[in-house]
Amino acid sequence: MIRLVNLCKRYQLGEGVVTALDNFNLQVEKGEYLSVMGPSGSGKSTLLNMLGLLDTVDSGEYWLNDLCMSTLSEEGLASERNRQIGFVFQAYHLIERMSARENVELPLILTGIPSAQRQKKVDELLDRLGLLDRADHKPHQLSGGQRQRIAIARAVIRRPSLLLADEPTGNLDSHSGTAVIELLEELNAEGITLLIVTHDPAIGERAKRCLRMCDGRLVSDRGG
Amino acid sequence: MQGLDLLRFNLRLISRQWFRTLMVLLATAVGVAAVLLLTGLGEGARRFVLSEFALLGNDVLIVLPGRKETSGGLPPLTGEGARDLTLEDAEAINRLSGVKDVAPLVVGLTTVTAHGLNREQMVVGTTESFFNVRGLNVQQGQLLPKLDLQRPEPVCVIGTRVWKEIFAGRPVLGQWLRTGERRYRIIGVLEEKGVGLGTDMRDVVIVPVASAMQLFNTSGLFRLFIKLQHPSQVEQVTTRVEQLIQQRHGGELDITVITQDAVLGVFNNILQILTLAVGAIAAISLIVAGILIMNIMLISVSQRTSEIGLLKALGASAALIRLIFLSEALLLSLLGALLGIAIGFSLLWLGHSIWPEFPVAVPLWALFGALFLALFVAGLFAWLPASKAASLPPVLALRGETSDV
Repeated sequence: MIRLVNLCKRYQLGEGVVTALDNFNLQVEKGEYLSVMGPSGSGKSTLLNMLGLLDTVDSGEYWLNDLCMSTLSEEGLASERNRQIGFVFQAYHLIERMSARENVELPLILTGIPSAQRQKKVDELLDRLGLLDRADHKPHQLSGGQRQRIAIARAVIRRPSLLLADEPTGNLDSHSGTAVIELLEELNAEGITLLIVTHDPAIGERAKRCLRMCDGRLVSDRGG
Repeated sequence: MQGLDLLRFNLRLISRQWFRTLMVLLATAVGVAAVLLLTGLGEGARRFVLSEFALLGNDVLIVLPGRKETSGGLPPLTGEGARDLTLEDAEAINRLSGVKDVAPLVVGLTTVTAHGLNREQMVVGTTESFFNVRGLNVQQGQLLPKLDLQRPEPVCVIGTRVWKEIFAGRPVLGQWLRTGERRYRIIGVLEEKGVGLGTDMRDVVIVPVASAMQLFNTSGLFRLFIKLQHPSQVEQVTTRVEQLIQQRHGGELDITVITQDAVLGVFNNILQILTLAVGAIAAISLIVAGILIMNIMLISVSQRTSEIGLLKALGASAALIRLIFLSEALLLSLLGALLGIAIGFSLLWLGHSIWPEFPVAVPLWALFGALFLALFVAGLFAWLPASKAASLPPVLALRGETSDV
């Protein structure tokens, strides 16, 4: 499903140049469950952003579902992000002025899906995640775990093929962190390819395939 | 994104940030209200002047002593009013064909006395034709009698204010009004009527023209109204009057004949330009409002950086982000403009209820012009912030950083 060929990405950082991705190659099949670990600056965030089409690379090819992403326009990338990719962030990134339901609805609003269809989809999903009774709460009225689960609902409302999670448990206690990871694994079991970037070895080890990165290179690929 | 969703998204936003919203609304509203108010007053002034002159009717000519050009130019070197316009001139004009009637006018200030009260009073000397030309009537008593132009008669018709202030509204017919060593018997009181042609008809004493000439010791008329037999004869009669006066005044054309249409045309032009000019000045405040919108939108973009990053991550294209910010500015501006229209019309209505004599009317072009300009300025000034938002790199934006690139 994902094929990365010789990806290179360099940043200018002050005086020096940081190599975030150095001839990076990777192949991922549909429905896989991967974790990416590595020290800060090893390039794992760059890999995540690049997979999520938030960032472009200097050279190399990125194939997603047999489509070469490197050739798409800004408009095309935005549309692919909406259709194919779900993001889960460490800081949730919920919009405070909107209720939980409206936050989950947002990706559907952006693509112009009519209101009646949206309501049905959102309510079904929230019901499934056990969050329907929280639907009209604002994010600040929810606990961290609830917020992250709302954010996950938002990430999967469009049924993406790839779910990218950047330190999803970083702001959570271990109990709600585990609940969040279990939810992500459940979604993975339904066929969504899941990639989690984390510092936490306990979470990293749960993944069926664990990548370790250093200096923009893959140093180990357990289970791959 | 559907239009309705966009509207709801923006409404939610601007209602959350009510103080910011209030500032933008006020700035735009003040600008729009100023445009409406000033053009409303300008248009009111135009209508007021037009209605004043329209009182004359289009079958009336006004003859002024002296040569004046309403269309500008240098003042005459020979000086104005080289020769008086006399009662004999008036009689001669009255005999011209096409002339139905003439009403000579002599105006002056004097002190009148009655019941031991003194009053500085404007006295108008004229004939009974004047009442007809100016559409005046008496509420009690009678008009000036039909007299030979040259014959003085110690009678007068007084305005309502004179009646109320000197005689306290008591019966006055047959009473005497004194000025210096002369006295005039009051034979009528005018109807209550507003200001006309710059003269407050409530505040005059009208006497026969020959009496006024004696009183002010003058042989020249202030002006002469000519009533035509038919409105279509304006041009011919004007030429005849000019020829006659030139002949009588030793070959010199030292009068000016003005018609209602000429006066209306000139005032109409001046006041229309004036209205346009004050409207344009007021419109400057709309541009100031636009700059405020730009500042506020720039602040909004930097405050909402991570939200912009999120929207991009969720699949909003740069064009959609720009649309979201532009439409927010346009919505604010539209609401502000509607508020301004409400304020502008309320103030005009208030003004009109305080001074009912003064007509106020907002020209349609000013209403739509102000609305359009408010939206245009908002769109123009929000373009930069909206583009800035649209071009934010999503990775940096998600981290809440604005790139300076």
